[in-house]
Amino acid sequence: MIARIVVTPKPVVNDPQGITVRQGLATLGFREVSDVRIGKYIEVSLEADSEHQARQRVEAMCKQLLANHVIEDYRFEIETDGHKRR
Amino acid sequence: MVFPGTWSDRDCGWVIDQVLGAELQYLWHKDADLKGCDCIILPGGFAYGDYLRTGAIARFAPVMEKVSEFADRGGLVWGICNGFQVLCEAGLLPGALIRNSSLEYRCQWTNLVVERTDLAFTSRCDEREVLSIPIGHGEGNYFADPATLSRLEQRGQVVFRYCDSGGRVTNNANPNGSTHNIAGIVNARGNVLGMMPHPERCSEAELGGTDGLKLFRSVAASAMQVLVS
Repeated sequence: MIARIVVTPKPVVNDPQGITVRQGLATLGFREVSDVRIGKYIEVSLEADSEHQARQRVEAMCKQLLANHVIEDYRFEIETDGHKRR
Repeated sequence: MVFPGTWSDRDCGWVIDQVLGAELQYLWHKDADLKGCDCIILPGGFAYGDYLRTGAIARFAPVMEKVSEFADRGGLVWGICNGFQVLCEAGLLPGALIRNSSLEYRCQWTNLVVERTDLAFTSRCDEREVLSIPIGHGEGNYFADPATLSRLEQRGQVVFRYCDSGGRVTNNANPNGSTHNIAGIVNARGNVLGMMPHPERCSEAELGGTDGLKLFRSVAASAMQVLVS
């Protein structure tokens, strides 16, 4: 199975990279952009007996290492045999 | 303490044994014990390349378990720059250090007002003394949620704040966007200090200042007290 994990800065955390990219987009004429948040994308291939088990394990990985709960939120989807489940 | 990617270890070591004349031990990240040290310094650099997040991987170094136990027993642990980031990731200090608000790597002198002089790390400083100590970092912007922040302030855990040369804590004096101009904090017990500025880079007149030496002297004096008592 493959876990596709997205880690983003929490809404309360200032994201200077996002602000700078938003300004860059505005300079290019993308005036419709109101906000940009920059995070990380992490792909984890893992063995699991069930999607439920994979979900529990990935949850633990995010909590213990992949995201810092002080400053980041995370979400992920599990892909099993080509089926994506959020 | 030396992790792969640490780079200020020799600078700290120089101050300890060449300037202070104190006993120095280098600890490697795979070491199983702390070799009887009175104070563990986690120096600046990019431990484990700062992969994933600053300090995120270093906290799993075999020696870090010993450092946590040492801190639990009241041992002095001092994180400087990357070492501060490691202590936050390891949960030995609250909060986190995020990208500087300017997005720039800042390498410059800063003024710090000392808000605690009752600590082993600052006993040789005067009340509200302003120290001139350089920084060199891209991710030194201290962040903590509002509840943690008010707890830190109430308990007086903010040790150093960026200020102007007159000791005034202003936005202009803040080099990285840190909340409340925080440059260094201590744990509730007062034995684990994390700070972004580099005292080891200003401990000899040849380097432009000696304010950093006050912190090293404070630690050395308190280690002596422990020996005597």
